Amino acid sequence: MSAGGPAIQAHGLGKRFLLHHRKATSLKERLLSVRRASAEEFWALRDVDLTIGRGETVGLIGPNGSGKSTLLKVLAGILEPTTGSRRVRGRIASLLELGAGFDGELTGRENVYLNASILGLTRRETDRHFDRIVEFSELGPFIDNQVKHYSSGMYVRLGFAVAVHVDPDILLIDEVLAVGDEAFAAKCLARIAEFQAQGRTILFVTHGLDMIARVCTRAAVLFKGRLVFDGDTVEATDRLRGLMGTAEQQAEQGEGASPLRIRDARVADPATREEQLDFWVRDPLAIEVDLDVEPDAPPAELRVLVIGPADYPMYAMTTEPVPLEPGPGVRTVRLTLPSIPPLQGVFSLSVAVLRPGTKVALDARRFGERIRVFGPIDYGLVPAEFKTDVLHDPPPPRRPLDTGGDHAQIKARLAAERLGAGGAGDRPDGEPAGEGGT
Amino acid sequence: MQIAADTRAAAQSRIRLELLANLVRKDLKVKYKSSALGFAWSLANPILYLAVFSLVFGLLGAGVPDFAVYFMSGLLVWNFFNLATLTATGSVVGNANLVKKVPFPRLVLPLSSVGFSGVHFVLQLGVFAVFLALAYRTAFGPQLLLLVPALAVAVLFTVAMSLLVAALNVLYRDVQHLWEVALIAWFWLCPIVYPIALVSQRKLFWVYMLNPMTAVIAAMQRAIYRVPAPGGQPVLAAGGYAFYLKWLGVAGAVSLALLALGWWIFRRLEDDFAEEL
Repeated sequence: MSAGGPAIQAHGLGKRFLLHHRKATSLKERLLSVRRASAEEFWALRDVDLTIGRGETVGLIGPNGSGKSTLLKVLAGILEPTTGSRRVRGRIASLLELGAGFDGELTGRENVYLNASILGLTRRETDRHFDRIVEFSELGPFIDNQVKHYSSGMYVRLGFAVAVHVDPDILLIDEVLAVGDEAFAAKCLARIAEFQAQGRTILFVTHGLDMIARVCTRAAVLFKGRLVFDGDTVEATDRLRGLMGTAEQQAEQGEGASPLRIRDARVADPATREEQLDFWVRDPLAIEVDLDVEPDAPPAELRVLVIGPADYPMYAMTTEPVPLEPGPGVRTVRLTLPSIPPLQGVFSLSVAVLRPGTKVALDARRFGERIRVFGPIDYGLVPAEFKTDVLHDPPPPRRPLDTGGDHAQIKARLAAERLGAGGAGDRPDGEPAGEGGT
Repeated sequence: MQIAADTRAAAQSRIRLELLANLVRKDLKVKYKSSALGFAWSLANPILYLAVFSLVFGLLGAGVPDFAVYFMSGLLVWNFFNLATLTATGSVVGNANLVKKVPFPRLVLPLSSVGFSGVHFVLQLGVFAVFLALAYRTAFGPQLLLLVPALAVAVLFTVAMSLLVAALNVLYRDVQHLWEVALIAWFWLCPIVYPIALVSQRKLFWVYMLNPMTAVIAAMQRAIYRVPAPGGQPVLAAGGYAFYLKWLGVAGAVSLALLALGWWIFRRLEDDFAEEL
């Protein structure tokens, strides 16, 4: 397996995007505007050298916007590099988006064949894998239904099942494991482990830093389009944490000299203080944040974001400024939720400590996969509350819905909310009341 | 192992007939999935056209003898070109999700539009052939061989234009609207509804013939339509074959040049498709 040179070889890769302030997208505009409006250059990738040998599993990490997805797209051949060269040997399955190219009108079965065909398989090869694809996706009874009737979970499962069964030599994965339910995510990870055992090459982007250490043999760190580190996974994650800290912190003071630093964060049962990962919806939950406190530390204002799939913040909590006993030393601040909002899934935490008043971040850190919430509902992130009625009166006459409108009502309401929050005075950041707390 | 990996990598970037066929099949399925009459709808369009134009020309009294045969000989191949290029304009833009997320040869997108239209064309030709066998036996003769070069040029020219409009439409989205309007004008530039003899004696007739679709349509008509007896009202441009072969040759050369241009433009713009969409 190791014979025959590397699977991926990139040399001096650069990708420049032109950010058009107002680009002509029609002939009419192009003809009417005398000269094209100014365009700004933006290098999403710069001088990236990367060699990945056969059978390696490499994690690609970096802050948002550091060029990770661009690099995957360039390696996959979807984007052409502006400079440099790349050489990829073998069939690529790129899981940039699961189920890309599915057509809602077609059945699951038809989509499997079409998708596999696009990914480079012949019909006979697909026939051979078909049963395993269906089995993996757990869609047996629904495989002949139109995909437009699938839930998003089913859609994703089928997409992943096809992608990992097209017998790829190289697998490029862009954070797609963050979607789907926990059981399916575990199954995907098991499949990835199987690939590793078979000596296939995997390159994947993730924000779950603990996943890097668990799965990868090597990690590469991208920062502002440049490859700043390539090597040991633990060192890579440390390196990234350092970069993220300095990036998110708007350097009020010199690096490392912050009077308040986040040392660690834990999620625990509020009664016993025992660290806990799995919760049931509406359980009580406590988040404990350990802070390194210097003698000159201001009161700590903590902002905790609970981050869901695809980096989407699910809910936010911002505390009032908490006075802390002056340091040096470690102080622990606890946020207690009497009841977890009914959102099921795997969540990460993003913790920042802010200077009261100016709201400048003194430190910020991210903690991957710290909360897993389960609940009684099979599908859907949020169970809706509803009641059921039988109506006897006919509905009022219909009028066309204003879909393209200027949302006047919503805007008025937003303005009113803002006024209300400003009027309260003591909550200058305008957090909705009821979600904060200490 | 190494060689296998390389051939598998190549399979992802080569234009495979099977992928093309799958895409065409998908488009057909999606289009006719929830219609009761299904494919029969594709026959409705030419028949409706025929009814309307027969009526109009009947009223005007400027009838071409056996108008239905003359008209269909030109219309079906025009419809092939028309549908293929119209579908091709949206083929890359309409598959943005695929283009941005999956590596595959993008050329198959406009080519599948041509295939999609081609399936309709073959079906319509089949029905037309049955009609001819029942009501117009004289169509079957050695002159039908003229269909071979005519159809070859038609396909060549259609592919060339499809590549061009598909690629340009990514850059400027109003190419699609422009193309729709252009096709309406183009339809009347071709001798589909009126007899080509109406223009064949004019001074700049050779300019008129430079339009590859005119050469194709004229040849189709010569292949299928019966040449009227001498003394009657002339319908076709020429009775022999030399005229048609000459102009098909010109059209073929023009098509090849356009194909090279279309290919080059598509290849050049292709690298930026994922960004432009």
